[in-house]
Amino acid sequence: MTDPIDPVTRFTKTDFVVRKERIQSVSKILFSLMVISMIIPLLAIIAYLFYHALPSLSWEFLVEVPKKGMSEGGIWPAFVGTLYLVLISLAIAAPIGVFAAIYLNEYARDNWFNRIINLAVINLAGVPSIVHALFGLGAFVYAAQFGYSIISASLTLAIMTLPVIIASTREALASVPMTFREACWNVGATRWQTIRAIVLPNSISGILTGIILQVSRAAGETAPIMFTGAVFYKAVSRGDLFPYQLNEQCMALSMHLYTVATQVPNVKESLPYATAVVLLCSVLFVNAGAIALRVWLRNHKKW
Amino acid sequence: MTPPEKTIEIENLRLAYGVKEVIHSVTFDIYRNEIFGIIGPSQSGKTSLLRCLNRTIDFVSNATVSGTIRVDGADISRIKDIYALRRKIGMVAPLPVGLPLSIYDNVAFAPRSVGLTKKDDLDEIVERCLKQAALWDEVKDRLGTLGTALSGGQQQRLTIARALSHQPQILCLDEFSIAIDPVTTMRIEDVLKELRNDITIILVTNLTQQARRLADRTMFLCNGDCIELDSTENIFSDNPQYAKTYEYVNGIFG
Repeated sequence: MTDPIDPVTRFTKTDFVVRKERIQSVSKILFSLMVISMIIPLLAIIAYLFYHALPSLSWEFLVEVPKKGMSEGGIWPAFVGTLYLVLISLAIAAPIGVFAAIYLNEYARDNWFNRIINLAVINLAGVPSIVHALFGLGAFVYAAQFGYSIISASLTLAIMTLPVIIASTREALASVPMTFREACWNVGATRWQTIRAIVLPNSISGILTGIILQVSRAAGETAPIMFTGAVFYKAVSRGDLFPYQLNEQCMALSMHLYTVATQVPNVKESLPYATAVVLLCSVLFVNAGAIALRVWLRNHKKW
Repeated sequence: MTPPEKTIEIENLRLAYGVKEVIHSVTFDIYRNEIFGIIGPSQSGKTSLLRCLNRTIDFVSNATVSGTIRVDGADISRIKDIYALRRKIGMVAPLPVGLPLSIYDNVAFAPRSVGLTKKDDLDEIVERCLKQAALWDEVKDRLGTLGTALSGGQQQRLTIARALSHQPQILCLDEFSIAIDPVTTMRIEDVLKELRNDITIILVTNLTQQARRLADRTMFLCNGDCIELDSTENIFSDNPQYAKTYEYVNGIFG
């Protein structure tokens, strides 16, 4: 008989285990610090904006028109203008982008031509917005003779958002397992029947989220619309939902923010901040909608 | 005795992915209403061979096929209606694939894709196919639930029901039993024994004993070459024509 050993001692930590655990806890702290350092600036921006914007924030501010050479009053024309630009640009870019992505992901064969298209899409997504702006100026304002107008600005924004919509849609389509497609082809379904019955219903959440996220990008851009259709000031009546024609120029939130912050003398101090808050909140609102939609659709996902 | 009627004739079939040839010139015939077993180690081109049969190989962009495959006398590289060919050949993949649709819609998918919409007809097809696949009793009260929510074995039988829904004359099973338990496997094997009266079955399997149990004739495919094709009895006997066959079916190699 050997000495009875407490069985628990068989599980004591060796030095190696102690070191392993130390590294593990250090890395955990390090990574969580990174998360905090990411969140703090975000919260700081929001707090700072709201603090300075508070005196101006009200329902009145949203629906009122600018007054006294834009140094006071509200932002209604700019808000509606942004709404116009975003909605029209998405109405153009979303169908084109989604159908192009379906072609590229579902129909296109892997040959040099399609590889070049893919490369082009990826690169277009990385082109700076000021370049899109110049292109829009040349193509839509001058060449197509739309002039400085909502339609020129929307088309420019559409060109800018298109590659990203294509990329995000392709990703959503590619997330549908290949085996589903093969199973459909095996029973004699055409590609389109397969896409219609299986691929689209199961990727629609990703597709829609990708599109909605482009709303915030289109709403925030200044350069493309500044070159093609946004204007400093336009007389609009208070709370008017349809103040602009498509061939007119319009005001826009991002442009308006730039103007009141840098170009207009004697602006009420809280005005630019309030404008920024409205822009930020609209974007957050839309993004929250995208997340809600994704959650809802994912709960209805079928595999 | 008249020679058996041929339903599939394959001549000098070669298949390459890019520059790598995976099937090197195989030639064989499959007779009507037989169970044709294909055995062989993995990577020997069994699945690729099936994909050539219903031309889903067309979806693989770097694949090149040469040689001729005739199904009921028609050269499949020249036929006009590729979808009719795929409906003529039922295909069951190794891993069960329940489409993310209801059980009913899973089976009704193929009939609907050819424009059949009458509810009575669809009901009848769904019931017949699920019964043929030995799944009807388990799911008849919940046809509206998702096909993907079934267990693996049930999904595999659902896949078989779906493959039968377009009334194929040839049913290809590609290692159908690797993801399911032995009991379910036996049930499906019984199903196959019944089906052989009506249709031709091509059974690709890694389990040599499964081929022995079911197949009338068996082909031993190895690294893209047809090593031996003979009656199952001869392949599994103590002296098949080639030593390699003997070694494979007795587990000495492979």
